[in-house]
Amino acid sequence: MLNFLSAVSSLPLAKIEVGHHLYWQLGNLKIHGQVFLTSWFVIGLLVIASLAATRNIRRIPAGIQNFMEYALEFIRDLAKNQIGEKDYRPWVPFIGTLFLFIFVSNWSGALIPWKLIRLPEGELAAPTNDINTTVALALLTSLAYFYAGFSKRGLGYFKKYIEPTPILLPIAILEDFTKPLSLSFRLFGNILADELVVTVLVLLVPLFVPLPIMALGLFTSAIQALVFATLAAAYIHEAMAGHGDEGHEEH
Amino acid sequence: MDPLVAAASVIAASLAIGLAAIGPGIGQGNAAGQAVEGIARQPEAEGKIRGTLLLTLAFMESLTIYGLVIALVLLFANPFA
Repeated sequence: MLNFLSAVSSLPLAKIEVGHHLYWQLGNLKIHGQVFLTSWFVIGLLVIASLAATRNIRRIPAGIQNFMEYALEFIRDLAKNQIGEKDYRPWVPFIGTLFLFIFVSNWSGALIPWKLIRLPEGELAAPTNDINTTVALALLTSLAYFYAGFSKRGLGYFKKYIEPTPILLPIAILEDFTKPLSLSFRLFGNILADELVVTVLVLLVPLFVPLPIMALGLFTSAIQALVFATLAAAYIHEAMAGHGDEGHEEH
Repeated sequence: MDPLVAAASVIAASLAIGLAAIGPGIGQGNAAGQAVEGIARQPEAEGKIRGTLLLTLAFMESLTIYGLVIALVLLFANPFA
């Protein structure tokens, strides 16, 4: 499929390919090398930025410290809005990590010219356009809200399955599976769709025309990072609050 | 790839996208219309309405994206090929 496009492949453009990977053999495991490389790059970037921001902390923030304080405040407000004033503090690191990792991954895929680095097979792109990354993040979210509910309410947490009526038990169990499924597919699909649309447009018109779509891609990737973090926080809140037994705070 | 499977996959992929776009299209139109109405009624709440609207639009958009994921699986990673 798409063989007719190979005529233009002499240009140094990203190829339209889904499911080609640089495989690393690690014991019995086959891992996708290009995802690891870009993930490490993103993690390194975040760690360096955090270290640089906290190296010499001043009372009046300036430069990168100012910027990171702004990011922290944004994440804290997000968590506070979703989880509520009382219990939000322990979850700020988790939600902040999710948001920053997804945000920087998405933007790194769009802003950094990975194509200049040649790989023997596959090509470097945003780590979040591999479904394994997004599934891992979504499963972490599942674990987090199970832990949140269980640590807050003990065995009473499992009452939520039969709370209004036991007839809804299958649907309540199904919900635990659809939550990570929809989280991971949403992120994966959005990022992959952005990259595919940009690639197809670049193949058709290589100059200037794809720029608005690229800007739209930057916007949607930022929104997707926000949506993932917001949903994770909302699930955690739901697990901790139960179904209306404590009364929801207004947000 | 078997030509019958290829043809069926291409048709299925286009149907997946097309049908999955109907519902979110209606939903997004409704949401945007209501948001405009809200802003017209209460212009000082514009910032809050816009933020909520963008987040909601992203949720609706993900429904089409699920269709897109199915289409991509059919085109690039077809399990029956």
